[in-house]
Amino acid sequence: MAVKTPIYLDNAATTRCDPRVVEAMLPYFSEKFGNSGSRNHRFGWDAEDGIETAREQAARLIGADAKEVIFTSGATEGNNLAVKGAAEIYAKAPAGQQGRGHIITCTIEHKAVLDPCKRLQREGFDVTFLDPPADGVITAEMVRAAMRPDTILVSIMWANNEIGTINEVPEIGRLCHEKGVIFHTDGTQWVGKMPTDVERDCIDLLSWSGHKMYGPKGVGALYVRRRKPRVRLEAMIDGGGQERGMRSGTQNVTGIVGFGKACELCQAEMEHDRERLLKLRRRLEDGLSGRMEVVQVNGHRDRRLPHIANISFGFVEGESLMMGIKDIACSSGSACTSASLEPSYVLKGLGVGDELAHSSLRLSFGRWTTEEEVDYAIESISKAVEHLRKLSPLYDLYKEGVDLSTIEWQHH
Amino acid sequence: MAYSEKVVDHYQNPRNVGSFGASSDVKTRTDIGVGIVGAPECGDVMQLQLKVTAEGVIEDAKFKCFGCGSAIASSSLATEWVKGRTVDEALQIKNTQIVEELALPPVKIHCSVLAEDSIRAAIEDWKKKNGIAVAEEAHAH
Ligand SMILES: Cc1ncc(COP(=O)(O)O)c(C=O)c1O
Repeated sequence: MAVKTPIYLDNAATTRCDPRVVEAMLPYFSEKFGNSGSRNHRFGWDAEDGIETAREQAARLIGADAKEVIFTSGATEGNNLAVKGAAEIYAKAPAGQQGRGHIITCTIEHKAVLDPCKRLQREGFDVTFLDPPADGVITAEMVRAAMRPDTILVSIMWANNEIGTINEVPEIGRLCHEKGVIFHTDGTQWVGKMPTDVERDCIDLLSWSGHKMYGPKGVGALYVRRRKPRVRLEAMIDGGGQERGMRSGTQNVTGIVGFGKACELCQAEMEHDRERLLKLRRRLEDGLSGRMEVVQVNGHRDRRLPHIANISFGFVEGESLMMGIKDIACSSGSACTSASLEPSYVLKGLGVGDELAHSSLRLSFGRWTTEEEVDYAIESISKAVEHLRKLSPLYDLYKEGVDLSTIEWQHH
Repeated sequence: MAYSEKVVDHYQNPRNVGSFGASSDVKTRTDIGVGIVGAPECGDVMQLQLKVTAEGVIEDAKFKCFGCGSAIASSSLATEWVKGRTVDEALQIKNTQIVEELALPPVKIHCSVLAEDSIRAAIEDWKKKNGIAVAEEAHAH
């Protein structure tokens, strides 16, 4: 079967909305267009029914009670609400003072956690940003070592969006419960792909997002534990008191209905999808490593999500590599592909040399990725790397046996 | 990011790729000037080698480049432009001309600067090897 190009291998950035999700949403644009806040007529009731069904679907996916699910506009909002909302409530001193409490997070979080933490730092909280080890996995031991008597909140992502590494979440959760510290995890890349149970996994706050799991964009959820312990949050958006006062504003009914449907589908198809994705990832990683020298798979060998591969190709620069694989949609850790002109802070954080960080691709698979597409990707990436190594002065030096780190480069 | 047709063409069909021998050999050859600029951790390394006659005419040029498509195109273009020129003429090539020729966007201007620098560095190297004084004003950046 000939593959249809361009091939989409950027499912960690966003996924296609499942047609069954779109189908479920459609009535809520037309005949069921009501505002769930309208308590006195059919239109309002229909909208409310749609939302409450979605809340059940979302809760079931993570082993929670429907009352514990707050709908948001996505993981960015969920992370902000969880981190800032908890810090405000559990602060040890009032706003404007120092010594408001200690927060633990890590340097390879998504910006939607890092930036709220930095803001809290400016507002009188103490924040520890844990550095990951070379394999990228944040362990409970690392968190334990950073704990202080005044620690109020731990926010460690479940799995990393660039390299797919899986942190020790149940263990970190257990530690937090033992110490009476609130535990938030950004589950954006995990939930829907991997089995989740907020009880078993000892989670107090869990954010995730629709568009990473075949749902629509602009909708997500935050799980807020209601018992043992009952977690409270300071709202970020005040107004009509929707979502139990934690997130005011007329609900995005269509989005929420789609999000619920996406959760239901993920739950039903998780085992099947997961095995298939893992096979695809292995096929890609083995295929590329088998074809070329100096190919490095970044992150822990095994503790990784099935759908994300992050691979560095020595001696070629990521953006030029992307240029050579125009019909494959993926991401690069190269500085040139980001607005900041800095190579990926995640790969740098892992101690991957800057040069290998510039040479990395993130390829991520989804529900509709096929083996043929993976084979096509292997073929075209190999060709592009070969082309670029012929142009690469670094590859020459490597071939001559020169250690690149011994050269004095002329920095700009 | 969308690339200009010329950048894509140089990327796909780079001109004058290569070198005049292993780096250890060309180091001692007085007819060859070598310029290596940039650093791997910055994501760009350009290597330009010029084969220069005793009269100072650039007979041949070869490049290698680790960098983005615009960097590759800038160095490929530089080899085309220096060939046949005297070293003094080649020193007149300005990065802005490269920007214009390749229609580089503002974020890629540093690639053209690097290409200009590689020309200067290669000519300096040739001059040094041949006991010719190197002009001071060469270091504008
Ligand atoms: C780990 C992680 N957290 C947060 C986000 C932000 O999610 P959203 O786009 O729903 O705001 C993303 C996706 O970009 C992500 O991968």
